[in-house]
Amino acid sequence: MFNLYARRRFINGLSLTISVLAMGFGLFWLTWILWTLLVQGLPGINWSMFTESTPPPGSQGGLSNAIWGSLLMTTFATFIGTPIGILAGTYLAEYGHRGWLSPVTRFINDILLSAPSIVIGLFVYEVYIVKIGHFAGWGGTFALAIIVIPVVIRTTENMLRLIPNSLREAAAALGTPQWKVISFVTLRAARAGILTGILLAIARISGETAPLLFTALNNQFFSNNMNEAMANLPVVIFQFAMSPYDDWRSLAWAGALLITFSVLTLNIVARVLFRQKANTH
Amino acid sequence: MNAEQTTTPKLIVKNLNFFYGTERALKDINLTIPEKMVTAFIGPSGCGKSTLLRTFNRMYQLYPKQRAEGEILLDGENLLDKNQDLNMLRAKIGMVFQKPTPFPMSIYDNIAFGVKLYENLSSHDMAERVEWALKKAALWTEVKDKLKQSGTGLSGGQQQRLCIARAIAVKPQVLLLDEPTSALDPISTAHIEKLVDELKKDFTIVIVTHNMQQAARVSDFTAYMYLGDLIEFGDTSSVFTNPKRKETEDYITGRFG
Repeated sequence: MFNLYARRRFINGLSLTISVLAMGFGLFWLTWILWTLLVQGLPGINWSMFTESTPPPGSQGGLSNAIWGSLLMTTFATFIGTPIGILAGTYLAEYGHRGWLSPVTRFINDILLSAPSIVIGLFVYEVYIVKIGHFAGWGGTFALAIIVIPVVIRTTENMLRLIPNSLREAAAALGTPQWKVISFVTLRAARAGILTGILLAIARISGETAPLLFTALNNQFFSNNMNEAMANLPVVIFQFAMSPYDDWRSLAWAGALLITFSVLTLNIVARVLFRQKANTH
Repeated sequence: MNAEQTTTPKLIVKNLNFFYGTERALKDINLTIPEKMVTAFIGPSGCGKSTLLRTFNRMYQLYPKQRAEGEILLDGENLLDKNQDLNMLRAKIGMVFQKPTPFPMSIYDNIAFGVKLYENLSSHDMAERVEWALKKAALWTEVKDKLKQSGTGLSGGQQQRLCIARAIAVKPQVLLLDEPTSALDPISTAHIEKLVDELKKDFTIVIVTHNMQQAARVSDFTAYMYLGDLIEFGDTSSVFTNPKRKETEDYITGRFG
C-alpha cells in the first residue's frame, strides 16, 4: 500500500518537474524575443511613425504608408475570405453528410491550411500579377484572402460540430426549414467561436510577408490605389531590417513591435470572446 | 383513471417497423393513441420507446440511414406518406426533448420563432401569443420582467418549461415529450408533471419516461415496450395494478430493467 503511494507520488513529482521545465524553456525564448523587440522597437515609436511615409535612407520618416497599406489589404482580404470560409464551413458541417464532395473539400482545405504562404504568393503572382503586368494591392489582397479562407472554413466547421444535435432537432421539430435552422439557430449558437476563428485568421495574415513580396511588393509613397504596388508593414520590415542604414533598421524594429502587439491584442480579444461563449452555454 | 371513459383515437399506428440501417428497432407496432389524454411509453433502455415517439414527427428523417415502414394515421391521414409536408406535420405535432434546448436568443424570441414560421402576427398579437404560451407553460410569472434576456440564462427546469411554451405556442394538436424530466431536479420535475396534467385539456400528449412512478402519476394510458416489441398497452391503472403479461409485471415490480 505505502509503496504504491510513494511510487505514485514520485511519478507525479517527476512529470510535474518535466512539464514545468518544458514550459520554462518555451517561455524563456518568448520572453527574450519580446524583450529584444521592446528594447529595440520602443525608441523608434513616436507620432511621426503614424503620420509620415517611409523615408529615403538618411532622412526622417515614418511608416504611415505601410500601416495604411497593411490595413487596407488585411481588411479587404478578410471581407473576401470570411464569407467564402463561413459558407464552405457551414456546408461541411450541416449539409455534407453524404457523397464525395465534402470529404474531398475537407482534404483539399487541410492541404491549403498547411500550404507554405510563399507558394500562395507565387500562385497569385503567376495567375494575376503577370497577367496585369505590374505589382498591385489587389494581388496582395487575393493572396491574403487565400490564406484566410481555409482557417475560417476549419473553425466554422469545428464550431458548428460542437453545437449539440439536440438543438438542431429542437429547431427541426418546430417545422423549421433547414436554412432557417442553420442561419437562426446553429450559426447563431456558434457565432462567438466563428468570430474567434476570424480574428485568429486576421492575426495570421497581418504578419505574412512572402505572399505580399510577389504581389503588392512595396511603395515608397502613401497610396489608396489598390491597382498599383502598395506599401505594407511586413515587406517594409523585411527590406529595412536588411538595410545598412540605422534609421531604417530602427523603423523596422518599431514596425515589428507594432505588428506583434496588434496580433497580441487580437489574440486576447479572441480569447475573451471565446470565454464569454463558454460562460453562456 | 377509470377504464370506462370514452376516447377518440388521435394517432393510429399500424404495422410500424423501424430500421437503423439494417437493424430492426421496432417490430410490427400496432397502437392507438387517444385524443386529449396522456399516453406513456415505458420500458428498459433500448426498447424502442424513444424511437417510436420520434416516428410521430418523423424526426428520424434528419438521419440518412433511418427509415420507417407501415402507417401512422393522424386523424385518418397517413403521416408517413412521402407526400406529407414535413414542416406542416411538425406544426401539428410538437416535441420537447430530454435536455432543455433553448435557442440562442431572448426568451421572447424563443417563443416567437416558431410562431413566425406559420403565422404573420402583428407585434401586439405576437406579444399576446408569447404571454399565452408562457402562462400555459407556468413560466410567465418567473420571466415576465426579463423577456428580452437570453433563454440560455434560465435554470434547467425553467429552460424545459420554455421549450414546452415554445412547442405549444405554435398550437399543435399533439405534444411529444421525450423523457422531459430526466435532466431535472425533483422540484422542477413536479412542476412539469403538474403542467402535463393541465396541458392534456388542450393537447394529446405522448410521454416517454424511464421513471415508472412518473408514468403512473401522469398518464391515462401506458404502453410497455421491450426490445422493439409492444408488450402491453392499456389504461394506466390496469397496466400497473393488473398487468396481463408476465413480462410487464416483472418490469413494473422491478424484477429487471
